[in-house]
Amino acid sequence: MRSETDRSWYRKGLQDGIPIALGYLAVSFTLGIAAGNQHIASLPAALMSATNLTSAGEFAGLGLIAAGAAYGEMAGTQLIINLRYFLMSCALSQRLSPRMPFFHRLLIAYGITDEVFGIAVGAGAGGCLNPYYVYGAVTVAAPAWTLGTWLGAVSGNVLPERILSALNVALYGMFIAVIVPPARKEKVLAGLIAASMTASLLCAHLPVVSQISAGMRIILLTVLLAGAGALLFPIQEGQGQEEGWDDMQAEDTLKGGER
Amino acid sequence: MKGDIYLYILVMAGVTYLIRVLPLTLIRRPIKNRFFRSFLYYVPYVTLSVMTFPAILSATSSIYSGAAGLVVALALAFCGASLFKVAVGACGIVFLLELFL
Repeated sequence: MRSETDRSWYRKGLQDGIPIALGYLAVSFTLGIAAGNQHIASLPAALMSATNLTSAGEFAGLGLIAAGAAYGEMAGTQLIINLRYFLMSCALSQRLSPRMPFFHRLLIAYGITDEVFGIAVGAGAGGCLNPYYVYGAVTVAAPAWTLGTWLGAVSGNVLPERILSALNVALYGMFIAVIVPPARKEKVLAGLIAASMTASLLCAHLPVVSQISAGMRIILLTVLLAGAGALLFPIQEGQGQEEGWDDMQAEDTLKGGER
Repeated sequence: MKGDIYLYILVMAGVTYLIRVLPLTLIRRPIKNRFFRSFLYYVPYVTLSVMTFPAILSATSSIYSGAAGLVVALALAFCGASLFKVAVGACGIVFLLELFL
């Protein structure tokens, strides 16, 4: 870490990573149980979690492994299920400083999960994202994801259902904590969020479209609604993309976020 | 199980990492086109909204505790509570409600 700014962003990332880690423990625990049910040993199950860091992709992967699918089939399924990370990565690329050393991009990429992406967008709002923020979050989130998978595979069902049920909400709570504050300031965002949730609800229940997998639904709705938003309400120059990386400004943002 | 488990894991990890790393490494400058800049600015809000709702309603043992978690999270976030407080608040109300439900 080069500077005090990097260190404070790392600490902030650790702090914001804690709720992610708690949520991950719950979800990866069920993933580990599923792995055990498919007769996959705890070590490869933990290795899968440590290297993949994705829930839907791993659940699907377990099913394919159990079915003895072809490797090409596995690759194709992972591509489709995890395609949303492609969009997230595109969006995140616009929140990184062009002057940031290249290797940071290779490292950040490992940590782009739904949740880390969510908080990274929050932390990078109105400026450049400091990579150490992502590293801080991943430092607690990735071990929790791996450990939870291992525990689930080793122990089966030991955590009470009630605890798992409550922890499941942690991740959604964080998504809300990320999208609501900017929506208070920008009416377009508030409208877009309302429209997205409504469309998502409709898609989950309407005939035909409800047959589309959850992963594909996220991609289709994102492309359609963010595209419509961009056509109808193009952002102003400088909005959501401030010039340069200013240490003073970063400090202010950091303090503001710790209220 | 027919294939090698470690080879399966390698394929999964490789594909998933490529999806994550390609845009980050290929798009290294701010995009100038106003439509694409706007599109990418809106992407996180749509994606996170779509992933949250209605999924949060079926994340818990009962649709009512899920709905309560949603309302509490929205209220806390609206009042400017930190990420951690919103997450813990949502978990707390779910846990409390499910003691009675």
